[in-house]
This record gives sequence, C-alpha cells and structure tokens, in this order.
Amino acid sequence: MNDLTELFNKLFVNFNYIVAATLFVIGLYTVIAKSNLIKKFMGLNIIETSVFLFIVSSGAIVGGKAPIIGEGVSSKTAFVNPIPQALILTGIVVAMSTTAVALSLMIKLYEQCGTLNADKLKELK
Amino acid sequence: MEVYSIRPLLAPMISIVCAILIFWRGDNTFLRRSLSISASIIKWIVVFSMLPGSLAGKIYVTQLVPFTPGISILLRVDALGMFFGMVSSTLWVITTIYAIGYMEGEHARKRFFAFFALCVSTTVGIAFAGNMFTLFVFYEMLTVCTYPLVIHEETPEAMKAGRKYLVYTLTGGSFILFATALTFSLSGTVSFSQPGILSINSGVGILAVLFAMFMLGFGVKSAIMPLHGWLPSAMVAPTPVSSLLHAVAVVKAGVFGITRVTYNIFGVSLLKEMASKGINVAYILMWAAMITIICGSLMALMQDNLKKRLAYSTISQLSYIVLGVSLLTPDGAAGGIVHIVNQAFMKITMFFVAGAIYKKTHKKNISEMHGIGHKMPITMATFTVASLGMMGLPPTAGFISKWYLCLGALDAGQIIAVVVLLISSFLNAAYFLPIVYRAYFVKPPDGDVTTDEAHWTLLLPCVICSLYVIALGLFADLPFVPLALVREAVKQFFVL
Amino acid sequence: MIEFSQHCPVLMTITLIIGGALTPIVSISRKKFSFWWAFFVSLLAFFFCSCAVWRLYTMGPISYWLSGWEPPYGIEVYFDYVSTITFLMTALGILVIVYSKRYILHDISEEKLPTYYTLVLLILGGMVGFSVTGDMFNLYVFLEILSLSGYALIAITEEKLNAMASFKYLVMGSVSSVSVLLGVALLYNVTGTLNMADIALRLQQFGPTTAVYVALVLFIIGFSVKAALFPVHAWLPDAHALAPSPVSALLSGLVIKIGIVGMLRVLYCVYKLGGPVDFTSVTNFMGWLAAVTVLVGAFFAFFQDDIKMIFAYSSISNIGYILMGISLVSFTQPERGYLGMMGGLVHVFNHAIIKSTLFLCAGALIYKTGFRKLSDLRGIGKKMPITCGVLTIAALSIAGIPPTAGFICKWYIILGTIEFGKPIFAVALLLGAMLVFAYYIKIINALFFREPNESITEVDEAPLSMLVPIIILAIGCLVMGIFAYLPLAVIRPAAATMLGLPSTYLPLGG
Repeated sequence: MNDLTELFNKLFVNFNYIVAATLFVIGLYTVIAKSNLIKKFMGLNIIETSVFLFIVSSGAIVGGKAPIIGEGVSSKTAFVNPIPQALILTGIVVAMSTTAVALSLMIKLYEQCGTLNADKLKELK
Repeated sequence: MEVYSIRPLLAPMISIVCAILIFWRGDNTFLRRSLSISASIIKWIVVFSMLPGSLAGKIYVTQLVPFTPGISILLRVDALGMFFGMVSSTLWVITTIYAIGYMEGEHARKRFFAFFALCVSTTVGIAFAGNMFTLFVFYEMLTVCTYPLVIHEETPEAMKAGRKYLVYTLTGGSFILFATALTFSLSGTVSFSQPGILSINSGVGILAVLFAMFMLGFGVKSAIMPLHGWLPSAMVAPTPVSSLLHAVAVVKAGVFGITRVTYNIFGVSLLKEMASKGINVAYILMWAAMITIICGSLMALMQDNLKKRLAYSTISQLSYIVLGVSLLTPDGAAGGIVHIVNQAFMKITMFFVAGAIYKKTHKKNISEMHGIGHKMPITMATFTVASLGMMGLPPTAGFISKWYLCLGALDAGQIIAVVVLLISSFLNAAYFLPIVYRAYFVKPPDGDVTTDEAHWTLLLPCVICSLYVIALGLFADLPFVPLALVREAVKQFFVL
Repeated sequence: MIEFSQHCPVLMTITLIIGGALTPIVSISRKKFSFWWAFFVSLLAFFFCSCAVWRLYTMGPISYWLSGWEPPYGIEVYFDYVSTITFLMTALGILVIVYSKRYILHDISEEKLPTYYTLVLLILGGMVGFSVTGDMFNLYVFLEILSLSGYALIAITEEKLNAMASFKYLVMGSVSSVSVLLGVALLYNVTGTLNMADIALRLQQFGPTTAVYVALVLFIIGFSVKAALFPVHAWLPDAHALAPSPVSALLSGLVIKIGIVGMLRVLYCVYKLGGPVDFTSVTNFMGWLAAVTVLVGAFFAFFQDDIKMIFAYSSISNIGYILMGISLVSFTQPERGYLGMMGGLVHVFNHAIIKSTLFLCAGALIYKTGFRKLSDLRGIGKKMPITCGVLTIAALSIAGIPPTAGFICKWYIILGTIEFGKPIFAVALLLGAMLVFAYYIKIINALFFREPNESITEVDEAPLSMLVPIIILAIGCLVMGIFAYLPLAVIRPAAATMLGLPSTYLPLGG
C-alpha cells in the first residue's frame, strides 16, 4: 500500500511530464489514424505542444520568481530558469511557420484535387 | 634495378589522347584512320623502346598520383608487364589495320575506334600496373570500355550479350576489389613484389579464401569454367573486337591477373608452404584449368558457327596458361606465360580469317564453308598455319608452349597434366582440321573456284600474324623474341 | 586577414540568410534581377567559406563566440573539420543558382523568381548554419530553416503531385524535427547546458543515464528521417524526383547529408560514439540499418522508369554507404574505425557532387525534350552528346567504377569493414553497387544504344548556363577520383577527430 502511495506521489509531483506524454501519444495517434490532412496536421501540432510543455515545465520551480533582480528578488532567491522559456518561444515560432507552410500546401491540394482525404488523394495520384 | 621513366605512362596516355581526339574529330574518315594508325604505331615504338632495358633486368617506374598513404597509382614495367604490354601494343597495330578494312560501311565508327583505343590503353595499363590497386583500376576500366564494343551492333542479341558480359565481369570485379582490400588489410601493401607480399602468419584458411576470391575474380575474364558463359555470347561483336578483345586483351587481362596474384601477391614459396599445411590452392586451380581445357575443347567440337567454335577453343586454350601458372615450376610458368603471346597470334589469325570470310561471303557457319579454300587460298592458308599451331605441331609457336608446359608438368610430377595436354591436342585437331578439310577438299556447291580474296587490309593482318606464328616457333631462342622476356620474368618469380 | 577569417563562419551564414530575406525586396521592380542578386550572395558566401576553410587548415578549428559571450553562456559557432562540408554547400549553391537561370523558368512563372531564389538562399543558409553551429538549440533552428525552405521548394511548381510529395515530406520532417527538439531538451535537462562541447564533457563525467539513452534514440530517429534511411525513407523518392531539377540536386546532394552531418555532430562530437563510452549496440544497429538501406534503395531503383526516380532511390542506397562507413566504430580501439569513417566522410562529399551532376543532367534532358521517362528519352545521346556524356561519367562514378569519385568511398568502406571484422557489410555494399550499376547501365543503354525516339525532333545541346555547371561537376567527379589524395587530405583530420584520434593520425600502410 505504501508503495502505491509513493507511486501516486511521484506521479503527482511529475504530473506535468505525464500530461506531456499523454499529449504526445494523443498527437501521434491523430497523425497516424486520421486520414484528413488537417486533422493529421493538428495531431502534429499537439505533439509539438507536448514537447514544448515538457521543456518549459522542466525549467519551472514551484514558487520561483522571474530571474530579474529587483524588488524582493536577490541572487539567492529561487528563480525560474529562463532558458527553456526562450527556447520555447523560438520553438513556437518555428511550429507556427511549419503550420503556415502546411496549411498553404493544403489549400493548394484542395484547389487542385477537391479533397483533403489522404486515402482519396492516394487514389488520385 | 629500378629506373624512373615517363614511358610507362606515355604508352597508355597515347591511346587515351587518340580516343579523345577521335571523339572530338572522328567524323572525318581520313582523320580517324590516320589517328588510329599513327597512335598505334607511336605506342608500339614507345613500348618497344623499353624492351632492351627490360631484357637487361631494368624495371621502368612511373609514380603517378599518390592515392592515399600506402597506396599510389603506380606504373612499373617489369619483365612480365613488358611482355604483356608488347603483345597488346603489337596486336593493336595489326588489328587497327584490319578494323579499318572491316568496319568500312558499318555504323558508329567514331565510337568504335575511340573505345577501341581506350581498351588498348587500359590493357597496357593493366600490363604496366605496379600494384594490385592500379591493376584493379585499369581492369574495371577495361570492362567498361569494352561494353560499347560488345554491343556495337545494338541488336537485341548484342544487348543481351553485353548485359551478360557486364554481369559476369563486374561480379568478378567485386571479388577482386574485396580481395584487394583484404590483401591490403593483411599485409599493409598491395605492391607487386618478389616473391610475394603475404605471409603464412595471416593463417592458411584466410589465405585460401583470399586466393579463391582472386581466382573467382580473374577467373571470369580468363573464362575458367564455370565462369566462361559470357565469352561465347560476346561473339556477336564485330570481328576486330572479338579478335583483339576477346582473344587478346580482355581474356589475357584475366590470365595476366592470375599470374600476378600467383607469383607477385602470394609467391611460389608461400603457395608451397600452404600446400605443406594441407591447403594446396594451386593444385585446385590446376584441376579447374584441366577440366576447362577438356570441356572447352569438347564444346568447341559441337559448334557450327565458326566464331563460336573459336570462342570455345579460346576458353580451352586460356586454361593452358592457367595450368602452366598453377604448376609452380619454372618451365611450367614459362610455357604458360609464353602461351599468352603464342595463343594470341594464333587465335587472332583465326578470328581475322573468320571475319574476312564473313565480310566476303557473309557465311558464319562452318557447314556453309565448302571449298572456301579455292576462293580464298591465302586466307585459308593462314588459317591452316594457325590450326597447326593450335595443335602444337613444330615448327609453330604452339609447339613451344606445349613443350615447356609438358616439361613443367613433368617437373611438378603431374603426369595427368601431360595427358590432358595430349588429349587436348587431339581435340584441337578434331575441331580445326575438319574446317581445313572442308575448305580445300570439298568442292564449293556452285562449282565456282575463281580466286576472290578479301580486301588487302583484311588479308595483310592474317598473313603477318601467321608468319609470326611460324617465326615464334622457329626462332624461339633468339634474344629479342618474347620467350627471352618470359625467361627473365620466370627468373624473377623463382629467384633463379 | 587572420582577424577577418575568424568572423567568416558567422558571416557566411548571415550573408545567406539575410541575402535570402532581401531577395524579394531588391528584385521588386525587375523579377529577373533576383538571379543576379542570388548569384552575388552565393559568391560572397563562398568567399567567406573559403577564408574559413583556409584558416581551418592553417591554424586549426575556429571557435567564435557570438557577441563575445563566453560559452557555455553564449552561443558558440564552431568551425571544425566536419564543417568543411560548407565549402561544398556554397560551391554547389553557386552552380545550382547558375543552372537555375534558364532552367527554372521551365517550371515556374517569372513572377515567382524572387520566391525561388529566396528559398534557395535560405536552404543554403540553413545548411551552412547547421554545419557550423556549436549550440544544440541552434542546430534545431537551422534544421527547421532548411527543412521549411525544402518543403516550399518542392511545392513551388504548384503541381498537385508536388504538393502531395511536399506534404508527405513535411509531416515526416516535422516528426523528425520534434524528436530532435525533444532530444535537445532531454540533454539540456540532464546537463543544464546547450553548448555541444560542454554537454560532451559533462556526459563523460556523469556517464550515460536513461534520459541520455532516450535522447540518443530520439536523435537517431530524427536524423534518420532527414537522411532518408530505411524504413523512414518513404518521403524521399517522390520529393526528390518531382522537385524542379536544381532543387532535386540540392536536396539529394546536400539536404539529406544534413542528417549525416547531424549524426556526426551529435553522435560523434557530443555522445562520442567512437570514443571512450561503450555504445556498441547503437553502432551495431546503425551498421545493420545501413546495410539494409543500401540494398533496399538499390532494389527499388531497379523498377523505376522515371529517370529522376532512379536517381532518388539511388540516393537512399548511397546514404546507406555513408552510414555504413561511419557506423564502423569501436570504443575500445578507435583506430579500427578510421578507414570506414574516412570512406563515409569522403562519400558525403563525393555523393553530393555525383548526385547533383546526375540531377542537373536529368534536368537538362527534361528541359530540352520535355520527357522524363527512360523509354521516351531513348537515343537522345546522339543529339545531346555533352549532357549525356556527363551523365555517363556521373553514372559510372556512382556505381563505383574506378577511377571516378564513387570508387574511393567504395574502396575505403570495404577496407573499413574488413579492418573492422565485419566483411558481411562489404558483401552488402558490393551487391548494392552491382544493382546500382545494373540500372545505371540501363540508363546509358537507353541514352546511347537504342533506336532514337521519333517524337524528339530538333533537339540540340542544352544552353550554356546549364552546361557549364554540369561540366564543372563532371570534372569534379573525375578529379575527386583520380586525385583522391586532395579530398582525403582534407577529410583525414575530420575522420580522426570524429574518433577522438589526433588529427595527424595515419592509417595502416602510412
């Protein structure tokens, strides 16, 4: 029984990672299982989001302050690691551009083929 | 004694330049002809200018680019290389004259002559290669350069033959590449040296595998059975190609490779040492050669197409050379190596005759050649000389090789090899003499016996070659004939 | 000069990316001016790159701290022996841009010229940046820059098949980028730094943990997709075959090498696969993957009739060669992996040259005749002798016929497998090479030795702006083969440093 409690404790402490993993799996499922290209791509976005969550939460500290020296913050206070946040900002920009390219491709495909269903597109080939 | 000289490089370069010029300006018939002939003669002069030095034991070396630490593209003319280079450059001159006559009116002559020159260039490269790596480079280039010649007719049959040729030879090439890499890995060098570069310390098993790899690789071009399948089908090529490449350059490159591997990579002492440890690879090679000699002859008997019969005869004759090399005795090696030149001149005469007959009468099959000797007496006379040579009758060149081969076999205590050589002589008689008989003693079906020889460009090479066959037999012991060089080479191999 | 050359690695990346971004602006009034702009930018980048390479071989690797911030706090640009590939990238970039001058109007309208050149410069900039950065996160960013430009370049012709191929590439590419990002994140979590040299140092101190192994697997997955290794190669054939030919040349010649460069950077510089830590199971797996990739690529190429499709599949096979070469590493005896590593690295260069030659030749044929199937292109060799002659040289080269460039890698990788005690890989490689030659001979046969196609009339040689690049590349194929010691002199220190050996290390026989 003690073991189980400990396990739950661990899970609870790391719930951000668990959410990230769940999101990752959901995203992966969507990419593989859905035949609509937009849905496929949304799956991909979910995967990306899960990775961002993973990274950004790894730099977080409960009760941490922003790493700016000022009122109530000194070099000894616990502060949140800013680098993951900076990385994720870049990552989000990259993900957005990927989405833009993908969406424009899908518009092209829809104009020319009249469908966004992956199976039907294969037949059209 | 090693002498640095530019001539080993010059010899292959002449034909490469010639090929490039033909590609560039070969549409002009006169230019193409004069280029081909002058390049072949210049090359012949360059190669022969090294002969006196070679006979005196000099080794001409040109170091080309360093490839990597330990390996460079190296041209090194020792006695054996000189010998092979001499054969191919001499025959190039003769075949060029023949090809000019033969290819008259054929298509794509520019391509033909350019690749013809390239092939000879690579053959000389093989002859002069100073290490296994260089040899392999030229060996593969030869394969590629011959391909356009094999499929020259561009008929489906020719394409099929070309494909077969490539599959066989490139697979063989892969074996050689692997074996060369293994050699380098075992010994740290790939240079040809006396008495060899490998040592027994590498382990008998791995050495045997290495030898087998080399033999499988070179065995394809030397048409050792069962690797011979490409040779008869490649006979669809025009006759000058068949004669120079398939009786001389390509197949001899294979045999030459076997000789190099046996004497310069492994070396006599190592092979004997391996035999004493229970794995006698040379003995296995000898049996493969003997089986090929007999089977090749038997299959030649069954052919009606003259060129096909000659092809199977080539397969059988090539194994004489392999047999001689595998005996590992000085006389056997001398007999085998000298057969490279003897067989070349005899076989090329026969191919030239077959081509001349085809050009004149459009007959390919022996059964149609009744009384051809009445129409083309000189041509058939040269064929007769070559046939006698093939049987090994004195005073032709064939006798010299057989004599040495038999001596070598007796030295090695292989009576069975002597028996095989004798049986083979009978078989040679059995498949060549009927042709001669039919040509002279059967009346032509139309009864027309007026003399009507082929054009002089076709006839002259036949005559020169057949005279040479006799000369090689009669004057075998003079200082400037191939046998002297072979003796020099054998002296190096066996450290006599 | 020395002071200046230190800035070159950064300058060339910035030149290409900013130059790319400026293209639409400078050519706003005259669309055709974008060509001259792109040409100028690529020349400038090539000049910077030459300076950097010169400095590398006279004074050793360049470590450049962006805005003077000392690593691991600041971002480091590290120009080492592996970065020499940028020389090839910028050089090939110039040739491709010159080639595009006439060709690309065949595929896209004049309106889109600035877009095209922007993307070409960006993809070059992304690759150059990827190869010189010493920072893990920058690696990811540059990977995305070049991938996004790649997706867009494939779809630039607005054909529906291209859009589909591009989308397929995009989905797989995004998954691979995400896995690289996740790998970077994991490594950051474990070590707390993003600087490669720093991570490498800390990994060795702490020893590998589970998270480090997971990150390794993620990197391998990510870079395998970019390099199109079996079984994640499915995107490559369509994408490379359908893209405009100069783009195919870039993609097949360089972009798939990014996967390999990434592996070299991460697996060899950071994880030290060839070095002190035991990753034998990983390298073993990579070796077998490579062997299968060689055979699968060669096998599928056999059934293609579309000339560019054949080249695309053969790229898969060739990436297998490279991976095979670099996977032959042993952590106990690094020198045993030296020859294979050298073969793999040489082939990164040689394959880039050969494959771009092939694609550019195919482009010239398509430009002139409008056909892309072998059965339609038969007999064209008599009408376009130079293009077809060059194609033949490149085909022989890729089949590894001496004395061309392709042979060098074949020789070294075979030697490497033997030295390493895995001759079975050599068998796979030789078999693959035979298959490769079988289909290249099919191409040569069709071009030269078959009855000409009657429907091709009045076709002459390709224009000069297309001929010059392919002739230069063909000369490259021959020079890299005959004078192999030139590229080898450059690559030997790279191979040695990958394995943690002194850069002056000499292999056997030396």
